[in-house]
Amino acid sequence: MAAEQKRVAMTGNEAVAHCMRQIDPDVVAAYPITPQTDIVQYFSTFVSNGQVKTEFVTVESEHSAMSATLGASMAGARAMTATSSQGLALMWEVLHITSSYRAPVVMPVVNRALSGPINIHCDHSDTMGSLTTGWIQLYSESAQEAYDNLIQAVRIAEHPDVLLPVMVCQDGFITSHGIENLNLLPDETVKQFVGEYKPEHYLLDLENPITVGPLALQDYYTEVKYQQAKAMENAKQVILDVAAEYEKISGRKYGFFEAYKLDDAERAIVVLSSTAGTAKAVVDSLRARGEKVGLLKPRVLRPFPAKELVDALSSVQAVAIMDRADTFSTAGGQLFVEIRSALYESDKRPLMKNYILGLGGRDTTTREITKVYSDLAAALEKGRVEELITHLDVRE
Amino acid sequence: MTNLKGYKDIPIGGMITEAGNSEKYKTGDWRSLKPIWNEEGCVHCLMCWVFCPDTAIIVEDGKMKGINYDHCKGCGICARECPRKEKALYMVKEE
Repeated sequence: MAAEQKRVAMTGNEAVAHCMRQIDPDVVAAYPITPQTDIVQYFSTFVSNGQVKTEFVTVESEHSAMSATLGASMAGARAMTATSSQGLALMWEVLHITSSYRAPVVMPVVNRALSGPINIHCDHSDTMGSLTTGWIQLYSESAQEAYDNLIQAVRIAEHPDVLLPVMVCQDGFITSHGIENLNLLPDETVKQFVGEYKPEHYLLDLENPITVGPLALQDYYTEVKYQQAKAMENAKQVILDVAAEYEKISGRKYGFFEAYKLDDAERAIVVLSSTAGTAKAVVDSLRARGEKVGLLKPRVLRPFPAKELVDALSSVQAVAIMDRADTFSTAGGQLFVEIRSALYESDKRPLMKNYILGLGGRDTTTREITKVYSDLAAALEKGRVEELITHLDVRE
Repeated sequence: MTNLKGYKDIPIGGMITEAGNSEKYKTGDWRSLKPIWNEEGCVHCLMCWVFCPDTAIIVEDGKMKGINYDHCKGCGICARECPRKEKALYMVKEE
């Protein structure tokens, strides 16, 4: 039965910080960076007020933050950190090490554009750049989703079939600093849901000494990497199982993605995080005019739910994939190339078009989204896509 | 690499769960040159024992007894420092 929840008005960062308070991790090692700063700031207040038992480690950089978090995790602690943009970039080498050591670290990431030019606002260039680091990635449209995803992330990461780190992403400023109404679960409910972390092997187990991070060359590197790939495969079922269990305590339903009015849609937009909220408003107004439009908002990008996406999109006739970061490959954004590649296996391939949008925090409004739907209508009429990749809203 | 274990049979993340197992690692297979000891020519001065960086010279009761090929990497310093040279210690190509 769903627990009685408290309706509160909070920013996304505040919601995440409160979630961390409820999780009460053993160790948090973090460095402040805009727009993640409030998470660490609120959490440090909880530490000094004695509201959590966490060992809070102040570090001199994000490279150290990730290293200390990994070390704590291998020592046997439930360890967390949080970051954005340049901070995530500075963590880069340790991100790979964390996933390959199979450390179930959970990290809120507040999406922010990477420099340069230097910019503090939202786009997804930071986490899109870390898709190959072996981390599970969950994306959140709202403060509520950031909160819900973070609780679930602990269970996903620590599941014995998975043991991989998880990033929980929300959009910088738009979600992290915007105040929204959301429901918080009671502290006790969250505590019970996440349970106690009991690793099978850990460095502080003096009875059973272990070595972590030894050399593995031509003889074993391949096998260790294959284990990692299998764990990511296992994560798919675990993500669904944890979501089902979470629904029971929260009443909120999660999957690999949210399909919004997609069932009978002829045209659809695929878009991540906060922009999906704007796009839903456009779907509603176009639907009111009788247009068959829908939306798909991915929640899980790693592991990539290729088969499920194909099932969800094959009945649509035209799809626009929206990427809030460029790859500079000239062949489209990351989301576009991955979804398009997945659809290669489908008998029914919709017309597909890519939009690069919202870079460096530029607003994407209902006007731009409406234009995307009408571009799709025009493509359907012609039976082909004229311009495969469009950089939306660029001044000439 | 026929004796190596499969991905299901090794701990995750390359972790080593057996303490002190470096003892089982035979560094001798790195060797390309192999020292040969000739007992008759040896005067048991133990210069080879002093210089060997891998403690691969076996000594018993103050006498040279042979070479531990599991750990000798074939650096050749024993043969170089041996005052009897070819008469007692010399290097050959590893077969």
